[in-house]
Amino acid sequence: MDPILSIRGMVKRFGGLVAVNSVDLDVYPGEVVALLGDNGAGKSTLIKCVSGVHQADEGSIDFHGQRVNFSRPIDAQRQGIETIYQDLALANNLDVGANIFLGREVQKRVLGGLFRPLNDQYMLDEAKAALDALEIHFPNLAQPIESLSGGQRQAVAIARAVYWEAKMMIMDEPTNNLGVPEQRKVLELIRKLRDQGVPVVLISHTLPDVFAVSDRLIVMHRGRKVTEKKTSETDTQEVVQYMVGALDDTHEGGETRGTA
Amino acid sequence: MAERESRAVIEMGAIGPTAMSSSKKFILMLSKVWAWVFLGAMILFFIVSVQITSDGAVNFLTIRNSQNILVAITPVLLLGLGQTFVIIGKGIDLSVGWVMSLTSVLAALAIRGAFNDGIPLFPSVVIGLAAAVAGGALVGLFNGVMIAKLKVPAFIVTLGSSFIVRGVALLMAENTTVSGLPRGIRDYGNNALVYYIRGEGGGLYFLERPEVSGPLLRNLDRILPYPVVLTAFVVAIAIYALRSTKFGRHTYAIGGNTEAAVRTGIPVDRHIIMLYVMSASTAGIAGFLSTLRFSAGSAVIGDPLLLSSIAAVIIGGVSLFGGAGTVVGTVIGALIVAVLTTGLVMLNVQPFWQFIVVGTVVILAVIIDQSRDLIVGRAQSD
Repeated sequence: MDPILSIRGMVKRFGGLVAVNSVDLDVYPGEVVALLGDNGAGKSTLIKCVSGVHQADEGSIDFHGQRVNFSRPIDAQRQGIETIYQDLALANNLDVGANIFLGREVQKRVLGGLFRPLNDQYMLDEAKAALDALEIHFPNLAQPIESLSGGQRQAVAIARAVYWEAKMMIMDEPTNNLGVPEQRKVLELIRKLRDQGVPVVLISHTLPDVFAVSDRLIVMHRGRKVTEKKTSETDTQEVVQYMVGALDDTHEGGETRGTA
Repeated sequence: MAERESRAVIEMGAIGPTAMSSSKKFILMLSKVWAWVFLGAMILFFIVSVQITSDGAVNFLTIRNSQNILVAITPVLLLGLGQTFVIIGKGIDLSVGWVMSLTSVLAALAIRGAFNDGIPLFPSVVIGLAAAVAGGALVGLFNGVMIAKLKVPAFIVTLGSSFIVRGVALLMAENTTVSGLPRGIRDYGNNALVYYIRGEGGGLYFLERPEVSGPLLRNLDRILPYPVVLTAFVVAIAIYALRSTKFGRHTYAIGGNTEAAVRTGIPVDRHIIMLYVMSASTAGIAGFLSTLRFSAGSAVIGDPLLLSSIAAVIIGGVSLFGGAGTVVGTVIGALIVAVLTTGLVMLNVQPFWQFIVVGTVVILAVIIDQSRDLIVGRAQSD
């Protein structure tokens, strides 16, 4: 099977600091890949190079077999790479339908197109269908999402990405600041995405989450990828050792050992 | 397993707003309609109190008085309309007052120039409108580009441009007033759609001012003067644009979360520029109307209206933090300010009191707005 996303030799420097140091990364259809590492390990920078926030200094990104070069986040989004940040991409003063269709509103044509009012009913119905498909149920979709909880808003963001047929989803610390039942729900959503064939790249500090949902995990340390393992073939203790730099496959084996 | 998980979702739904108590719901509802209630109560108060203080000789709720109030709010409302869009989009436009002055001068100069060049009256008036709107739009374009592209805070840009515009207006007017306009333009600014004469020999007259004199003239009322009709038309467009179009939706989105708007591909910079162009253009309509109404351009007419228009917008429930508010709210806000002012005058209260009352209402409005946010928990941090 060909990878959906394939990164080779990515380097990103900030002045003298090498934030990402020749990292290779493959993401295959229908898998959840966890990206782990301590603060400053370079995982967020790596992901921002994929989502178009940063531009890599060296290396290549292939998405669906095509060489890509995103200069803005919207470019990556148009290709189907959705990045879900906590609260960042939703307008809290708008309702669920408006948020799912934000920037891509559906209009009616009145008087031969002279007037083009928004088709709010259609957008609301579609939003409801999108949420239903993920088994998310809100009591009232037609009110501003500011009254929703953090997990519910996260679910709206995920539903939006799914509705617009995201081909890959990047989630940066999706369970931060959530209550326990909501964390469970978000993890369940990640599994659902995988079951629908949408690969998920999950950045997380929360190891129990990583072991609960990921198929494969990649650990970064000081900008380098120090290991890549099937989640089922490792455990928390070993992963922590990699995260703090006590273990390093690149030193042991001379080169990165891929298990994919 | 999966079933249990999805049940957790349903429970999650219940944490939301349905869990609100009925007393909270009542306060929430009240906070949404309080401006209507306040306006109604105020009108009732003035009807009664004006009757009492004048021993039944003066009636607050007459056709003439209601039409006077409508004429009085036209400029405040026009300035407030653009401001409504700008503030919902997380900006502020302090230049509209002086833009109104500048465009009043521009309209007067254009009408006078065109008419003196032999162009008939009506086309000259249209040229005046075009000059006022275009002049306003140009200032708006300057404001918008400075704010959206050069990222200068809106408060600073529009403060600065209002001084510049003020200077330009005074220079162009070569003092404060542009006079010598054709006589007929007074009709455009003061005639009405409908006339009504009370009592014997009276009746309704449409579109044409009846030729009357003596006691009948005293009973002549104008209903829906042209400036009010034009303003109502602009209000209708504004309601539609904000509530039902992509443009309005994007305005709310930018005010609610600019970052989100950018991320979803909304052309935020262009949109912000457009907001300031709109704001200054509607101020241009206000300037044009004042020139028609007074048959002269005035380089100082708009300045005192800026703060009244912002007061109307805030009383109407537009949040200064952006993202919330309606055009109808601003109309109510403008009505509240105008009814207060007119009512107090009719009660023979010293005119200075109106400032004190309006100021109090503005602060009250914001307190009510914030108490609603406290109840709903605007920025939930769970």
